[in-house]
Amino acid sequence: MRPETEAQLAEAIRDAAGPIRVVGGDTRPVGRIAGVPALETGALRGVVLYEPAALTLVVRAGTTLAEVEAVLAAEGQRLPFEPMRWGSVLGTAGESTIGGVVAANVSGPRRVQAGACRDSLIGVRFVDGTGAVVKNGGRVMKNVTGYDLVKLMAGSWGTLGVLTELAFKVLPKAPAEVTLVLPDLGAGAAVAALSAALGSPYDVTGAGWMPGVGAVVRVEGLNDSVTYRAGKLAALLARFGEVREERAGSPALWQSLGEAAPLKSQTGDLWRFSLKPSEAPGVIARLAGPVVLDWGGGLIWAVVPEGCDARTLAAPFSGHATWMRGPGAGAFAPEAAPVVALSAGLRARFDPRGILNPGRMG
Amino acid sequence: MQMPVPNPQVLARKAAIVARLRAVLPSDGVIDDPTETRAYECDALSAYRCAPLAVVLPRTTAEVAAALRVCHQEGVPVVPRGAGTSLAGGSMPSEDAVVLGIARMNRVLEVDLANRFVRVEAGRTNLAVTGAVEGDGFFYAPDPSSQLACAIAGNIAMNSGGAHCLKYGVTTNNLLGVTLVTMAGEVIEIGGPFADAAGLDLLGVICGSEGQLGVVTEATLRILPRPEGARPVLIGFDANEVAGACVADIIRAGVLPVAIEFMDRPCIRATEAFAHAGYPDCEALLIVEVEGAEAEIAEQLGLIRQIAARHDPVEFREAQSEDEAKKIWLGRKSAFGAMGQINDYMCLDGTIPVSALPRVLRRIGELSAAAGLDVGNVFHAGDGNMHPLILYNANTPGDLERAERLGADILKLCVEVGGCLTGEHGVGIEKRDLMGVQFAPEDMEAQMRVKDVFDPRWLLNPAKVFPLAVSAGRRG
Repeated sequence: MRPETEAQLAEAIRDAAGPIRVVGGDTRPVGRIAGVPALETGALRGVVLYEPAALTLVVRAGTTLAEVEAVLAAEGQRLPFEPMRWGSVLGTAGESTIGGVVAANVSGPRRVQAGACRDSLIGVRFVDGTGAVVKNGGRVMKNVTGYDLVKLMAGSWGTLGVLTELAFKVLPKAPAEVTLVLPDLGAGAAVAALSAALGSPYDVTGAGWMPGVGAVVRVEGLNDSVTYRAGKLAALLARFGEVREERAGSPALWQSLGEAAPLKSQTGDLWRFSLKPSEAPGVIARLAGPVVLDWGGGLIWAVVPEGCDARTLAAPFSGHATWMRGPGAGAFAPEAAPVVALSAGLRARFDPRGILNPGRMG
Repeated sequence: MQMPVPNPQVLARKAAIVARLRAVLPSDGVIDDPTETRAYECDALSAYRCAPLAVVLPRTTAEVAAALRVCHQEGVPVVPRGAGTSLAGGSMPSEDAVVLGIARMNRVLEVDLANRFVRVEAGRTNLAVTGAVEGDGFFYAPDPSSQLACAIAGNIAMNSGGAHCLKYGVTTNNLLGVTLVTMAGEVIEIGGPFADAAGLDLLGVICGSEGQLGVVTEATLRILPRPEGARPVLIGFDANEVAGACVADIIRAGVLPVAIEFMDRPCIRATEAFAHAGYPDCEALLIVEVEGAEAEIAEQLGLIRQIAARHDPVEFREAQSEDEAKKIWLGRKSAFGAMGQINDYMCLDGTIPVSALPRVLRRIGELSAAAGLDVGNVFHAGDGNMHPLILYNANTPGDLERAERLGADILKLCVEVGGCLTGEHGVGIEKRDLMGVQFAPEDMEAQMRVKDVFDPRWLLNPAKVFPLAVSAGRRG
């Protein structure tokens, strides 16, 4: 099924005889469910409204991420949360759609400063499991009218409804960026340096670590300001070892880090940990395999031997881990019983027949 | 304001209910003497009041859970209350309701600078959260104008904003986790000091649910390092349209000020007479604040000066000292007080797309003239959050109703141009009956399903947010 309008999509869901798999670009098969017919959103595409001076973009869910980025770049703007493609590291071939980005709440390195995908998302339209079209939020960035289903839909992996239209707060692209590289630091030792950078007043917009590169810290903004802050940060971080400045290579470096590119040729299962940053060194030591760090250590991409339960290996830590590249079942972290009950209750209300990506989130 | 008929069985069982609450709470934690419950009969929407059945003031999460279990068993509605500063009637009780005040729970539980968060009890005031970390150079970003008094619990319930949210976001963007007690008395941990939800983003829908899904007793909040400095400039224009165009150009140029505030002539005149901030007598005035080190501030203000110059401002005043900076903010911060000197006022907070500003201001002027009531406009221009202040005289019969009708017309206008009914105050009882202007029945149905899951009997703050006719079947 590949509906071309929201009304057709609603009809397809109303008429569905059984479970359906909601598909954008099919680039993030986390928790994949097999043997279920696909409902593709790729034909619901195009910009509905773009007001650069109001920092507002409204777009249909099947629009490719590439198209969204091009539309914004033409006006010198961008999505604040720096969404990343996972196709390379997950070994998928499709084109990422903006609906998929939202369904998985995909946020890149700039999350530490600009917030997650869900924080830039200001409005949604979706079709629930009964075929009803629902809208929530709107096109203004300050809106507390009624419950915030916008946040609930972000990261719900198509299990509450099928997204058809999304509204974002966008931001101007920064005219300049500089990355400081600390090549001497290992992954564990990097966390303290990243924490010092993020705790400084220099408005850091990226803080991570990559094998073969070291710890990396980014600042963005107006030219003089970037130079000033990079200088201050270099002085602050000098106690952690050598600090090098990277300008021309900065964008490519962050794309590689955000896509966890260094892990793509590593054999084994790929996991993604979201945790309290100060616990990262311990987790990294216990995992004892290749890693990439983002969000100041609050995000760890890790490869472990195939079939190995990385959650047990990494314990204890405050946070959760998702099995990104492996078999479908058990991809999402088990949650406490009362949270499971609330989530199940919401799914039962939004999708009473249980047909939307059933079992995808566990 | 219409409220549901109180449940006669609850009213009849008052003594027994109060006795049961006393059995699970310390003796000073339950108030039922009508002279003492008076303080809880309204919030900052003081035009509407109602004495509650009783008030409970727990000191721990366990006490909150115990009180809620009693109310749940007895079928008593519960109205959660932070500091009672809601402008929307979010914590206004009904006659058959127990008010659950969280103000005694105000401790700091954990400060973690390395991971940049604090965990506090939810009765702590907004400003006192910053107070706990400012000595270390950090702050909590959302800054509603009531921040000296308002509680974090209420901030979470209403998803409160502030003047600086263009850069820092609102409560939901700075909230990492909560301890939530459900109406049935179950204590649930949601989120924590890590990024993103493990499963569905329940935290995202709890924030802004106006105390209808659960009672938040503890919160984990993101804190940020304080910028090195900040400086405002004041720019005066001879037309609203020009000021609006200047805002658009500043945003497009890639400067991201932390605040852009807008005042129109009625507001400028009133504040000038009241606060003597030295504002120019012009049609429209912008206060633009930028942050950073000295050189960074100079770079941003240089750009803003160039942009403003293209719009022929009647005044461009850059603060040269801390005192001058304070003076620029003085008028804006006194705006509500100044309008209050002239008359009683009603403050709305609809949001509009920034591009619709000139059209909306013109139309508000026409509506104001037709209603025979003055309206002053203060406006978070960066994010489109308006604050029209409607002046009326509470002692003149019919004036409040006229002001409410004008308010409703202005909010309908906000929705019509692509905006919303409320940007930061919440719906409460005040805008409950306008929800149908913004939402179709299916949209409200989807929201109410969430409450069905968290509070199946609809006992928590039941008469708020949704039009009474729409929620009637669920409230039982």
